[in-house]
Formats: sequence, C-alpha cells, structure tokens
Amino acid sequence: MERQLLSGNEAIALGAAHAGVRVAAAYPGTPSTEILEAAARFPEIYTEWSSNEAVAVEVALGASYTGVRAMASMKHVGLNVAADAFMAAATTGVRGGLVIISADDPGIHSSQNEQDSRNYARLGRVPCLEPADSQEAYTFTRLAFELSEEFDTPVLLRPTTRVCHSKSVVQPVEPAAITLTPQFVHEPAKLVMLPGAARGRWPKLTERLEKLAAWGETAECNHIINGSAELGIITSGISFHYAREVFPEASFLKLGLSYPLPERKIKEFTAGVSRIMVIEENDGFLELQLKAMGLSVIGKAAFPRTGEYSPDIIRAAAAGAGLTRPGNPAAAGDTELAKRPPLLCPGCPHAGIYFTLSSLGHRSVLPGRQARPPRLTICGDIGCYTLGAYAPLSAMDTCGCMGAGISQAAGMARAGLPEKPLAVIGDSTFMHSGINSLLNAVYNQANICVLILDNATTAMTGHQGHPGSGVSPAGERRNNVVIENLVRGAGVADVTVVDAFDLKAVRNAVKQGLAAGQLAVVIVRGDCPTLTRKRGKPRLVNEKCDDCGACLLVGCSAIQRDEDGHIFIDRSVCVGEYCTICQQVCPRGAIVEAETAS
Amino acid sequence: MNGMNILIVGVGGQGVVLASNILAEAALSAGFEVKKTDTLGMAQRGGSVVSHLRYAEQVASPLIPAGEVDLLLAFEKLEAVRWAHFLKPEGIAIINNLMLPPLSVTLGTAAYPGDAAVQAAFQRITPSVHLVPGTATAEALGNAKMVNTILLGYAVRFLGIEPAKLQSIIEAALPARFRQTNVAAFEAGRKLEAID
Repeated sequence: MERQLLSGNEAIALGAAHAGVRVAAAYPGTPSTEILEAAARFPEIYTEWSSNEAVAVEVALGASYTGVRAMASMKHVGLNVAADAFMAAATTGVRGGLVIISADDPGIHSSQNEQDSRNYARLGRVPCLEPADSQEAYTFTRLAFELSEEFDTPVLLRPTTRVCHSKSVVQPVEPAAITLTPQFVHEPAKLVMLPGAARGRWPKLTERLEKLAAWGETAECNHIINGSAELGIITSGISFHYAREVFPEASFLKLGLSYPLPERKIKEFTAGVSRIMVIEENDGFLELQLKAMGLSVIGKAAFPRTGEYSPDIIRAAAAGAGLTRPGNPAAAGDTELAKRPPLLCPGCPHAGIYFTLSSLGHRSVLPGRQARPPRLTICGDIGCYTLGAYAPLSAMDTCGCMGAGISQAAGMARAGLPEKPLAVIGDSTFMHSGINSLLNAVYNQANICVLILDNATTAMTGHQGHPGSGVSPAGERRNNVVIENLVRGAGVADVTVVDAFDLKAVRNAVKQGLAAGQLAVVIVRGDCPTLTRKRGKPRLVNEKCDDCGACLLVGCSAIQRDEDGHIFIDRSVCVGEYCTICQQVCPRGAIVEAETAS
Repeated sequence: MNGMNILIVGVGGQGVVLASNILAEAALSAGFEVKKTDTLGMAQRGGSVVSHLRYAEQVASPLIPAGEVDLLLAFEKLEAVRWAHFLKPEGIAIINNLMLPPLSVTLGTAAYPGDAAVQAAFQRITPSVHLVPGTATAEALGNAKMVNTILLGYAVRFLGIEPAKLQSIIEAALPARFRQTNVAAFEAGRKLEAID
C-alpha cells in the first residue's frame, strides 16, 4: 500500500478502520477530536458524537459486548468524566476488541490541566500503549484491538498532543479481514457485576496483567536500539524522538507498552549500560516502576516534572544536571514582545453578551478612566466562550471543568453570596454535563441566573455536532433536542430566549434574570460565524468618530487603531449586518454600513 | 538534494497550517522522510500559530531545536520577531510586510515593534532577510487570503523542490473554484522581489 503523510489522529483512525472497527464514539476535545472526524470518512464505521465521554465509552462497550470491534476517543480530562465507565469496562472485559483512546496534553496547549492518563491504566489494570509518531499510531491501534481480544481487556491508547497533531509518514499494511455478525452471548458472571460476580472477575484482572507483562518481554513494540554502553535511555512516546535528537549515540529501550512493564527485558537492557536515564513527559510513571524494580535511574531529578518536552528542553535539563554539555547557546527569544492570545472571532455571537456582562460587571473601562471594583460573580465553563475571560472583556471569574459553572454558581448562592451569581455555559457543554447541574439547581432551588450561549455547534474544537445541533460526524442530519424545551421540561419556569446580536434585548434579559427571585435561564442564540461563513457588508468608521475607544471594549479583532491613534475597521474580516455589535455600542453613531457612508 | 528545517509562523486564520501541509506533501513526493507539527493554543482564534516542518533522509523530532531553522517563513512582522531566534546563523528569513497588532497593542497596553526593531532582531543572526509585499500582492490579485500561496511561490527558490511539483500539490489541495486564482498567486509569488 502507498505511504501517506498523516497526523497521529488520522493514523489512529486508519489503523482502527484497518482493524475492522465497527463503532466509534467520542466527545470532541483537543487534541483528540480529529480521530473521530477521520473515522467518519469510512462508511463502514458507525460514528457518533456522544453527549459526553462516559456515554462514549458505554456506547463502545455495549458494541464490544456484541462481539464487534469498537472504540471511544477523548482528551485526558474526558477520561475523568469516563472514569466510572472505564473501570466498568476494565472489570467485565470485552467480547469484540475495545480500544479507549485518551489523548494527553503535556504543556497545556488547550486544556485546564496537565494529567497523565497512564495512571488510569494502573488503576484499571489495563494495558497502555504509547505511540511516538503516526506510524506507531497506526500500528499500535491495530495491535490494541488484537491485545484487547487476546487478553479480554479494554486497551488504553495514550497519544499526546505532539503525536496527535504532528504529521509523519505512515506505511499501511493490508486491512484485517474481519466479518462478524453482532451477537450477544448471555454470560451474567462476566457482564453483570453484582458483588458475587465482581469478586470473581477482580482477581482475573491481576492474572491478565501478569500475562500481558510476559507478552511484553518479547513484543516488538518494546524494542532495544543498541548504541553506547555508557548511556542507556528508557523512554516512551514522543520523548523517544526528542531524546534521539539530543543523544544520537545512546542505547535506547523504547517502551511501546508502558503498562505493564517487561521486567526481564528492562534488566537485560540496564545490565549492558553504565548510566540509565528515564525520559518521559508528565509523571515519572516509568521511573517509579523502574525504581520499584530496584534499578538506579536518573529521571525527574534531572528532567522537568511538568510541561511539554522538546529537544531543547531535554538538552538544557541534561546539561543542567551535568549529564551532557550544553548545545549551541541559541539566542533566547524576546520575552518582552506583545503577546497574542486567541480571541473571539469577528462576528462571534458571544461578543455581545460578554460586552454586556463586562459593562454591567464593571470589568472594562475606557482608556484614561479609573477602574472600578468588579461587580457580578460570573461562573464560566469550557469552550470558545472561555475566551471571554481575556481582556478587554474579563467577564469570567471561575472555570474548572465541563459543566461546573452552573453547580458552582448554585454552591455560591447556597453559601449565602449576597449577589445573585451568574453561570455562563455553551450549548455543547450544556448537553455534555451542564444539564446534570441544571437538574440539581432546579431540585435544590438554587437562586441563580444561567446564560446558555447557543451557537448551534461545538465551536471550540471545530464545529462538531451535539444533541442540540443534530448533525452527525459525517455531516448527516440527526434528531435534535431543543434547548428551551429541555430546560422547561427540567422544571425551569423562568426561561427567556434572546437574539445574541440585539444588545438591548440581551441587556434586558440579563437584568431580568438577575432580578428574578428564582432560577432564571437566558438562552442567548446566534450562529457561529466561522460555521456559517456569512459575509455581510462591512462596517466603517465615519468622521463623527472621536477615537474614544468604546468599540475596542467589544474585543473584536476587526476593530483597530492606526499608527495615528484613529479607529478603523478591517473590512476583510468584518461580517457586517450579521453582527453590528460595535455599531450598537458606539456612543456617537460613528460606525455605519460601508456603502451608506458619505 | 539536502533536507531542510522550515518554521512557518503567523496569526490564526492566515493559512499557516495549509501552507505547511502543502510543503510537507511536496517534500514527501520528493522522496524525503517528513515530519511536521503545528503549535496552536486554544484552537487558535487569531492567536499565534507556528508550524515546524522538517524533511531529510531521516528525521527524529518533529520539533526543530532553536538555532537550527534553515528557512523562517513569517506571515506577519511581530510573529517574525517572536521566532527569529530559531534561525541558524546564515539561515534565510522571508517576512511578509504586514502588521497585525494584537488587541493589547490596540488597547495601548503593549507596543508593536517598529521596523528598526524588526531589522535589529534579525541583524544579530543572519544577513539573509527578505521582506516581501505578500499581502499587497494578494490584495492586488483580488483576495488577501491568497497570501500563503504567494509566500510559497516566493519561498520555492530556496527549497530544493521543483516548482512544478509544488504547484501540482497546491492544485490538489484546493477546491476547484480556488485552483486557478491560487496558481496565479503562486506564479506571482515566484516573480516577486523583496523590498529593499
């Protein structure tokens, strides 16, 4: 077969397709999103965006119980949501191969924390495979399905951001010929985990682990590269390639199966080298196990405990610990340069609501004016709209994990916060786990105001569907849930729907929601401009403009100042009449449609 | 033919990732081992974007170590300065003559480097700095979004990859309705001269 240049995520999908996977479920999350998107290009695979990661694992597990191969993919924090389902799968084991992919994000490129999913492998006594590049992403995915069936276990595949989003060459091999008819075999002792049955299963997990460790002794995915007898490096994942870049002469034990470890192979390797370094991102996961084997290794004492690695970081850390000489002292970058954080896009329906919260909440001030102490407590959540936390909007006070904003606000209200708290959540996040929090708020009579920002998509990760949008991963129509009906059905009496681009209506709805003596939900609805790609007649600034800068407080990247301090609008990115937020904000009426300007 | 380390930098929405994908496919079809990786924060809405591309007989890390970049292709001046230190001595910098001030600059809390500061940042490293009117050329051709194709056209003279090969990959990567205009943009880029 022809070699291809693929991202790690595309390679995982291709590997799964070639392994004969039939069902793939996921909730989008960077860096894992493209796995399901790529899987959706294979018509023989049923793909779905599940409402959250626990649901995705349960869907895949159910499919596996019928004997077909299935997978669930998510980002690391999603595995926390799916932890209960993951442990259930670990306990019952599988019928058809089941692969659970948790993409870790060392360096926190696009997440709320850094966490090492390999720890879940140990928790569930489940094998963990760590691909280092796209070729391994392809090969290990196929291997994972085989291991899953051979050892009656789900397999955790742990790529990291740099593997998911790097492209490298993949040489695919012939697809597996798997023809299976889904069939459920009744076996309560394996699948119904009442205590009596569960007690029978649990020791089997330990036996499974021992068999897997024995398999790992001779498995090709754990391989030795002979080099210098002075320095041996034990490593896994992308760190292998970084370490090869910095220490081309060293001997390597590259572990593809990072849990459980092959003790005999490790001791054989370490006996042949005089100094051993362990180079791994995130936790000292391998290091701890190696030390438990009684080996003397240099790991996190020399190399960073947090953050993403790179050849530069490995070289600097090794040099700092006296393990190598420093490389070419490259000129350091200029840290004084203006930073460029991401922003809400021009025409974003969230801009108006955040401008409203920012002004009602005393968050932003015109240049030259005195800042006031902030008002309003705004509990945020995860998605594009989290960008409302950045200046000039600065309208978000908490952000923890998916769906947490509503419950945090409820907790604050119940704690006796004198001011009614606000919760801001996107439509996809609401479907993911916000609905649970809302049910709780209804039942426990939390006096809060919930703003659901509905742009009809999961925008942050690239416009995936969700139960409110009714679009499948392959772009087909599916049923959709109407948010206001759902909210009313949950028992919320005070529900308002407003147009996101009508600032007056938005302001009134927020004020009413805050004034109401009960739980109020405001649904702020407007299309995501990067999904619809509608381009209107751009706005421009006319001679009435006194450059006060009020429009800049919207935080729209289309509005700028020229070198002389005059405000202008970048016509190439303004979406015109589909937004007009700046036009509504301008105190002098100086922003107008381009064609009508004199 | 020798391999290269190429760093492409710019602002979200400018087409950095597409340009790097096209170059990577061209290097693959030229027979190289290829690795590339894009660094994007928070799904990148108007933030900094940097793409590492390496091709050679053998490539280990997809990330290029600082000081080892042969060619820096910058779509914007501030981003060019941010990544200047990745160039090797005598490496080549191609900088699109475009200023996109981040919001902090517009709001007056940070400063945008002046042309003298841009020059000074590169002077320490390499004499091979090419400031090119990519955006102006794209606008003259009718669409500012074609700046990535124009810059690829300009860069091809340094790549060791046949221009015809690169052009065919550009054509294959784009939907039919953008093909002809982008081929014209690529041609314009090939003829483009740097600003003195």
